[in-house]
This record gives sequence, structure tokens and C-alpha cells, in this order.
Amino acid sequence: MSKGTLKQILLITDGCSNHGEDPVAIAALAREKGIAINVIGILSQNEAYGEHGLKEVEDIAMSGRGVSQIVYANQLAQTVKMVTQKAMTQTIHGMINKELTHILGDEKQMEDLPPDKRGQVMEVVDEIGETVNLEVLILVDISASMDDKLPTVQESLLDLSISLNSRTGDNQFAIYAFPGKKQSIERLMDWTPQLDTIGKVFKKISTGGITPTGPALQEALDLFPERRSKRKLLGEYDEYIEESGS
Amino acid sequence: MMNTSKNPEVKLTPGDIIVGKWNRNQYTILRELGAGATGTVYLARGNRSKVAVKVSHDTLSITSEVNVLKHLSKVQGKTLGPSFIEMDDWVSVKGALPFYVMEYVQGESLFEFMRKRKEEWFGILMMQLLRDLTDLHKSGWVFGDLKPDNLLISGPPPKIRWLDVGGTTMIGRAIKEYTEFFDRGYWGMGSRKAESTYDLFAVGMIIINYAYPKRFDKKEGGWNQLQKAIDQNRWLKKYRAILYKALHGHYSSAEQMREDLLKHYSAKSSVKTTTACRPTRKSSPSVSPPVSQNGRYKGKKMKKRRHMTETVLIFLFLLVFYVVYLMGQTM
Ligand SMILES: Nc1ncnc2c1ncn2[C@@H]1O[C@H](COP(=O)(O)OP(=O)(O)OP(=O)(O)O)[C@@H](O)[C@H]1O
Ligand SMILES: [Mg+2]
Repeated sequence: MSKGTLKQILLITDGCSNHGEDPVAIAALAREKGIAINVIGILSQNEAYGEHGLKEVEDIAMSGRGVSQIVYANQLAQTVKMVTQKAMTQTIHGMINKELTHILGDEKQMEDLPPDKRGQVMEVVDEIGETVNLEVLILVDISASMDDKLPTVQESLLDLSISLNSRTGDNQFAIYAFPGKKQSIERLMDWTPQLDTIGKVFKKISTGGITPTGPALQEALDLFPERRSKRKLLGEYDEYIEESGS
Repeated sequence: MMNTSKNPEVKLTPGDIIVGKWNRNQYTILRELGAGATGTVYLARGNRSKVAVKVSHDTLSITSEVNVLKHLSKVQGKTLGPSFIEMDDWVSVKGALPFYVMEYVQGESLFEFMRKRKEEWFGILMMQLLRDLTDLHKSGWVFGDLKPDNLLISGPPPKIRWLDVGGTTMIGRAIKEYTEFFDRGYWGMGSRKAESTYDLFAVGMIIINYAYPKRFDKKEGGWNQLQKAIDQNRWLKKYRAILYKALHGHYSSAEQMREDLLKHYSAKSSVKTTTACRPTRKSSPSVSPPVSQNGRYKGKKMKKRRHMTETVLIFLFLLVFYVVYLMGQTM
């Protein structure tokens, strides 16, 4: 049996974009392309939740049909994993709800089923979450203020790799940083199934004052591996799942 | 923490009544038992009896937990986890909220219980836990989020029970939920695949947590760091061999680890029985606990032999009691 592939961008940043296209618009574009955008906003030790202009974090994720979370650096590892898995489940759930509507008609969703029927649907969600292939493009803000947070970011990514590779499905990860030296983003690591080999990827830090989140996201959208076949996994819903035909 | 999904967080207060939309059963909230990442658990009164009700906006996680609870209640003749009663939707002012009802497990948390008891109890409770894990693993599941906060001691007679099946995962899949300190992935000592060894690692860490109530952060991680923590604590050091195997995934079943613990405790008592020449008296609360506040062992050797004798006798009594209790359970 062939398996589907979920695509996600994981954006890790500590501030607001101040350059180029509106990242919220790009996130909406991502949604059209079937790529979910998750955003993690990192707070500095002395920052309170409300203080920061991190509303953008939520807006991007909402627009990109992903999950967002604002955390202190020490919670990063758990958050990265939680956000990624939650977004996966959310996508699969959306897909299944669409399928249910298809079968049952009039906007019937899992929530409308009697409780004891929901269990069976959930088993399918779990099963797909376990076996689906996943491509995560990690996009890390390396503007000067992120400097002291990067070792933690690196550890969290390693941790994410441990979690996702405990699944049956295959994973592909790529790491990009922004702002890049010449382009909006810079490749730190090409697509790879495991992140435990990454060594020190975040060496070169950009000290410029710009945070071009929008342009960075836009470029990231084109970095997912192309696939020949685009057959459908479940009925009509292939917005987020693409078949790899393997 | 924030989330993009709109959570209509509903706080229920004592006296509130929730009614199921499907089964029409009614529950009166008595008090909150605890809140976590996935919802809030309340003590409530149903048809006369007290029950625990978990309310959450997250249909998926609620449904997933119900699946696990239903499965656990199918494991015959065993009480693994709180027994499941029903799942329903409550139509609140803020929309339909899924909830499920389960057995109310009354008891104290593991460490609360131990504060008032002698150290021997700890070993006995761990053996109980390992026995339950043996059954759970045999039925094809791994507990996942094993930690003291998810363990309650009910009774009498004292019996360890687990709560919060949010992490309970089918063997072979990726662990659904875990807590860093008890997670072998965090310590760099293995994957997060649901295997019996995953739970046994967590049991090892619960033993370490008992000696270091405040826990500790990862530094270099791996066996290197954990081994130091073990060796620096006199009480823990006695468990070194068992911990070594548990943390390295060398036990092929929970049963094996339980047998090792049992041997450890039996050996300890047989050596000391020779000094047991005094009749037991009511225990005094002065036996030194294995740990001090900062987690380092500071207790001095017990000065009085009398004390030791007492401890041994009490322990032997407990062991006999426990064996009788176990036999009673299996018959
Ligand atoms: N059946 C029960 N009987 C008695 N108390 C319970 C029961 N279930 C849960 N509790 C209490 O409620 C608390 C929260 O429950 P639970 O852990 O299931 O919630 P949660 O949202 O999954 O939390 P987290 O994921 O953060 O651990 C528990 O720590 C426990 O103290
Ligand atoms: Mg939980």
C-alpha cells in the first residue's frame, strides 16, 4: 500500500517580521499549496507573555492552518514536538472530516457522530499519524537576538527527530536559516531522514537588523521535493496529503 | 502557552450540573481534581456514586483516551487504570464539549504516601506497579507517561493505581505523551517507540526521583550523568544493578525487573534476620528517610541496632502481608 506525505514548515522566531511580503499572506498561500505552517515564538527570559509583538506568530499559523505556541527557550524541545504532532493530527483530522462529510453528507463531522462511533474514527487518525510520511522544513530566525537561543533550538530539533523517527512512517527534514547572506534564506542542511548527525549547524549568525519572515517563507514553499504522481489518498482530500507512490 | 485553535475554556464550579446529550446522564460537580494539558478532571456525583469526569475541548484527545480506557477494561480480571463508565457531550453555553466519565480513584500520590511510610513500602509499590505493567504489556500496550504524578495509592490495603492514560500507546507505535525526566529519549538512552523497555526506563527514573525529589536537569545526559546521580546517593546505590538494567533496556519484561526487585528485598531481609531478636513494637516514626531535601543522602548510619531490628521485623511483616495479599488476589 502506498502512503501519503504530510508537508509542514516549522518557523522558529523571536520577533516580528519587518521586511518584505506579509508573512500572513504567504501562509495563506502555503495553505493553497497544501503545506501547513507551524510557528514557535521564543520569549527571552525577562519577557512576559503579553509584552511581545508575538501576535504575528498566531496569525501566521492560523492563516497557514498550522499550530502556534509561544514559549520560553527552556520549553522549546517539548513544544517543537507537540506543535509538529498536533499539526499532523489536525491535518489528518481535517482530511477525515472531509471524508465523513463526503460519506454522510450535510456537514457531518467526527464531532457529530455518537461518542462510541468516534472511537473508530480516532483509530484511523492514529493509524495514519503513525504511518504517514512527513516532510518538515525547519526555518530558523538567526537574527542577532536569537544568538543565545540557537543551541537550544538545535537540541530541540534533535529531540524532534527522535520523536518522529520512533514512528513507522518515513521522515524528511531540512533546515534553513533567515536572513541569509545573499538570498532571503540560507540552507543549513538539505533534506535528510535524521537530524542526529547535524553537528553544529548554527554557526554563522547574521547580525543584520532585518527579519524578512515573509520572503523567507515564500522561498521555503518551493523547497519541498517534487513528486511525479499526485494521486489522491482519500477521496477528494489531497490538500495536505500527497502520495509518494512507494 | 497559547494555541491557535480557539479553546472555549470552561471552568466548572461545585454544584454545576452537566448533562450528556446522548445518554442523558446527569453529573453534579463536587470539586476539581486536577487540570492538565488536555483538559480538567472533576470529582462528580452521578447516580449516587462518586465518579471522575474529564472535560476537554479537544475531541481528539478525549476520544483517544476513551479508546485506551475501553481497551484496558477488556483486559480480563485486571484493573489496569480507572475503569471506564461512559463518554458523552455536554452542551454548554459555549457549545458542545466532549467529556468522559470514569471510576474515581481515591488515594494519595506516591510520594505523599511514602512520606508517612517506611522505605520498604516503596519497593513493594514498585513491585505492584511492575506486575500491572506486565499485564499491560502482555495486552499489547505501553503506559508511556509513567511518573509519580500519574500514580495514586488507593486502599487499604495499599494498592498502586495509575491515572492519565493520555500517553498509553499501542506497542510498536510512537509514544503519544511523555514527561522529560522519565523519558529515555530525553536522556539520550533510546527511542520513543512504544516498547516494554520504554516503561521500565520510566520505572527506573521513578526510583531515582524518589531519591532526588526535586529531580535534576540534563547536563551531559546518558548513562554517564545518571550513573553519577545513582552513585552519589547511598540509598540509590543499592539499586545500582537493577537501575543499570532498567535504564539500558536490558530487562526483556516487567516481570524480570519485578523478580530482581523481589530478590533484592528478600536478600536484604535474610541477611538481617539474624539480628532480629527482639519482639516487634509499634513502629516509631524515627527511621531516617533515604533522602534529604536537596536530594543528597545525608542521613547517618542508624546508631541503634534496636532500630534496625525493628525496621527489619516490620519489613518482614510487610513482606508476609504482601505475599498473603498477592495470593488472595490471584485466587
Ligand atoms: N480517575 C481519577 N480519579 C481520581 N483522580 C483523577 C482521576 N483522573 C485524573 N485525576 C486527577 O486529575 C489530574 C489531571 O488528570 P489528567 O492527568 O488525566 O489530566 P491531563 O489533562 O491529561 O493532565 P496532564 O496531561 O498534564 O498530565 C490527575 O493528576 C489526578 O490528580
Ligand atoms: Mg495527560
